[in-house]
Amino acid sequence: MNIFQQKWMTGLLLAALAVGALAPMLSGVAGFPQWLEVVLGGLMSGVLYSLVALGLVLIFKASGVFNFAQGAMVLFAALTLVRLMEKMPFVVALAIAALVMVAIAWLVERLVLRPLVNQEGIVLFMATLGVAYFIDGIGQIIWGSDIYTLDIGMPKEPKILLEKTFEGGILVSMEDVIAAVIAAALVGALALFFQKTGTGRALRAVADDHQAAQSIGIPLGRIWVIVWSVSGLVALVAGIIWGSKLGVQFSLQLIALKALPVVILGGFTSIPGAILGGLIIGLGEKLSEVYLGPLLGGGIENWFAYVLALVFLLVRPEGLFGEKHIDRV
Amino acid sequence: MSTAAREFGDVILKVEGVSLAFGGVKALTEVSFDVREHEIRAIIGPNGAGKSSMLNVINGVYHPQQGQVTYRGEARRAMDPHRAARSGIARTFQNLALFKGMSVLDNLLAGRNLMMRMPILLQALRVGPALREEIAHRKRVEEIIDFLEIQHVRKTPVGRLPYGLQKRVDLGRALAAEPRVLLLDEPMAGMNVEEKQDMCRFILDVNDEFGTTIVLIEHDMGVVMDLSDRVAVLDYGRLIGDGTPDEIRANQAVIDAYLGVKH
Amino acid sequence: MIYRETGQYKTTYEADQQLFPILQDRIFVLLVIAFAFGAVPFLASEYLFRAILTPFLILSLAAIGLNILVGYCGQVSLGTGGFMAVGAYAAYNLALRLPDLNLLVVFVLAGLCATVVGVLFGLPSLRIKGFYLAVATLAAQFFLDWAFARIGWFTNYAPSGSVSAPPLVILGWEVVGPVRKYLLVLGIVCVFALVARNLVRGAIGRSWMAMRDMDVAAEVIGIRPLYAKVTAFAVSSFFVGLSGALWAFVYLGAWEPLAFDVNRSFQLLFMVIIGGLGSILGSFLGAAFIVILPLALNQMPGWLGVEMSTALISHIELMVFGALIVFFLIVEPHGLARLWAIGKEKLRLWPFPH
Repeated sequence: MNIFQQKWMTGLLLAALAVGALAPMLSGVAGFPQWLEVVLGGLMSGVLYSLVALGLVLIFKASGVFNFAQGAMVLFAALTLVRLMEKMPFVVALAIAALVMVAIAWLVERLVLRPLVNQEGIVLFMATLGVAYFIDGIGQIIWGSDIYTLDIGMPKEPKILLEKTFEGGILVSMEDVIAAVIAAALVGALALFFQKTGTGRALRAVADDHQAAQSIGIPLGRIWVIVWSVSGLVALVAGIIWGSKLGVQFSLQLIALKALPVVILGGFTSIPGAILGGLIIGLGEKLSEVYLGPLLGGGIENWFAYVLALVFLLVRPEGLFGEKHIDRV
Repeated sequence: MSTAAREFGDVILKVEGVSLAFGGVKALTEVSFDVREHEIRAIIGPNGAGKSSMLNVINGVYHPQQGQVTYRGEARRAMDPHRAARSGIARTFQNLALFKGMSVLDNLLAGRNLMMRMPILLQALRVGPALREEIAHRKRVEEIIDFLEIQHVRKTPVGRLPYGLQKRVDLGRALAAEPRVLLLDEPMAGMNVEEKQDMCRFILDVNDEFGTTIVLIEHDMGVVMDLSDRVAVLDYGRLIGDGTPDEIRANQAVIDAYLGVKH
Repeated sequence: MIYRETGQYKTTYEADQQLFPILQDRIFVLLVIAFAFGAVPFLASEYLFRAILTPFLILSLAAIGLNILVGYCGQVSLGTGGFMAVGAYAAYNLALRLPDLNLLVVFVLAGLCATVVGVLFGLPSLRIKGFYLAVATLAAQFFLDWAFARIGWFTNYAPSGSVSAPPLVILGWEVVGPVRKYLLVLGIVCVFALVARNLVRGAIGRSWMAMRDMDVAAEVIGIRPLYAKVTAFAVSSFFVGLSGALWAFVYLGAWEPLAFDVNRSFQLLFMVIIGGLGSILGSFLGAAFIVILPLALNQMPGWLGVEMSTALISHIELMVFGALIVFFLIVEPHGLARLWAIGKEKLRLWPFPH
């Protein structure tokens, strides 16, 4: 067992992953331009994972809750938006959807978090499982459960880049590029918000020690509403992007749930971890889907992210950037 | 009680040059002392001096970066806590680490789990030897329950007991393992005078009747000086004094550490 | 006044350590079992057997298995559905490839296959705790889902991915019709409920609970974390795998991987939470509750005289489950089993208030 605890094991694992990622190109299975296409696609979908994972990390840092309902929130946000857009212009629908997400945050704080304050993390986790079911149920009751197309004018045609460098160039989906840019901007904004603003500081204080933060006058409830709202808005953005790509449907939820292995890989408490974890998962998933999937019979994107995170956990139980926990007795 | 006339056995536990750090924080720096069989050995020191860390090193919860612990002639750097338990080191905890969802009886029986050998299939059927084993251990545990005078709560979940009783259950769970060395981490913290007297009596009885070697962390100086045969003093992770209670009382370094000193 | 233990003195530890130390409890349980075996087969309707009793019993067994892991050992698993699937497909392949094997042996071996897989995915629990582990068990769930859907050997290359159970015969006794199926399941569940009770109140059960309540202290008093956690995963997976085999062979008859997807895992976790973490009785109560609730919800519009589509009802079901989980976690974390215990306590004192 102890061999896993060695620092070099982490390095070894990262090296193995890097070799695995490069293998298709080096072994000649895929040409460089094609490989680069896959890598870019993976990184771009990874940015979205990072974004959702960031929502999770924010909630975890501020309230110690591992929010299983994040996937349900993504679906609910997208459903709300797409159904409202049938009756009103995009901007108005967006504003209302955002308000709805804030309202959900407020309700969750009132009805779930406040009564469960100071409970063990695992109890809170199971409570968010209940919240996820509830949001799923009510979302489909209010908005219906069909597949809805969400058109917000994203360009659907791919573009050919670097035509001069490679023969045929590489194909890049402009939709992915725009999505990645939006997500990256949000990730940056959130990271800044957390590091630089007063609210961010209060948030970090709460993350360190609930009671101490409360005793110097930081309103715990308000902080929770803020982080859950932020994570609701993040869910909305992710819902828009994925929804416009795949249609708004139930499976969005499962995609969004992949933020769970992302935060596990990156470490629950780390913003850089969430970002890097999202990129690793996105990249790994795309590469494995394209080069490993056909060998195994396809469909491996359903579990690849989770198994990758599991392997990481064995080597680094606290994740890439997580804080190491010391048991005190 | 600290009569020099009492006979002690050989050194049963020896700590040599132990250093322990968490990241950049040094908890212990080159600490050495020994414990003789059958004695009551106290470790004292101001808050944060590294006393609990010392116990955690002895029974393997923490693994020191340097130095070694020799127990019954066997030297080692690090050890798993459950191996330490199996070799006869039991301990109680400063902040009550009882199994809160289990009854007093189950807590104490869990303390004897390390002696139970029945394969899981026999336990599943709970017949023959498995049943006999449970009952034999129950008898021993009931003796400890009688000794600690907690008969009336034996089936109560520990989480519902008042603090003083929980401290006793903690001691009972450690005793249930019939240890050779018993590590007590502030067994009297937060108790009133009466409860302290009871606890002192239990500790002395254990030491007297079973000959158990006791290593004790305690803040109450009166208790320490009364109970213990020898005292080790830690300050900022270093050993600053070691000797009989009388020697410690006269030790200038110890007095400075406790009262503060002008520089 | 009937439920009094006054005058029942225990003179040996043996008597004090029996399954139900209070005489009235013993009588009550025996009556329930006698009723279930002797009277129910003559009284219940076919619908009751098919829609309620048989699924209730099988899911109780799975809930007991999950409760051993979550309620007694404190290791949260979201992969229960996957382990049930292992039991189901192991039974299918055993029966297919070794047709002469006794059906009961098939079930036990299927449980053992799930044990092996469960231990394999349980090993990470030595390094990781809490929700880290919960997500790790999701890896098991999704991987197993995929394996049974995509690896042809498991389904004997059935083109639709759907497989069906062979005729159920045990030593010449043909298990056909709802009553016989019910009796078979009832017998198995009674035996293993007893096994579970014995385990949780013995040495191994204490080591599980010790790991749950305070793992560092457990190790300090000599409990090996490896042994405690691995046995919890092993025993739990055995129960879950066995119930998976029963679910497939006795309840479903024919099935596809979807029958054991992640929603099954959540459903079982809900049973354990609502029924009561760390209680065998609670596993039964939780299973009964979760089996009956959707049926009751289905009837509800009829009672109220309003029309509702089945889709709407299933969405309301989701909402109700979600709300109930949160409700129980907040109000009564020990679930229905605790309510039962409180009721008994009240009965002991009745008619005096204190």
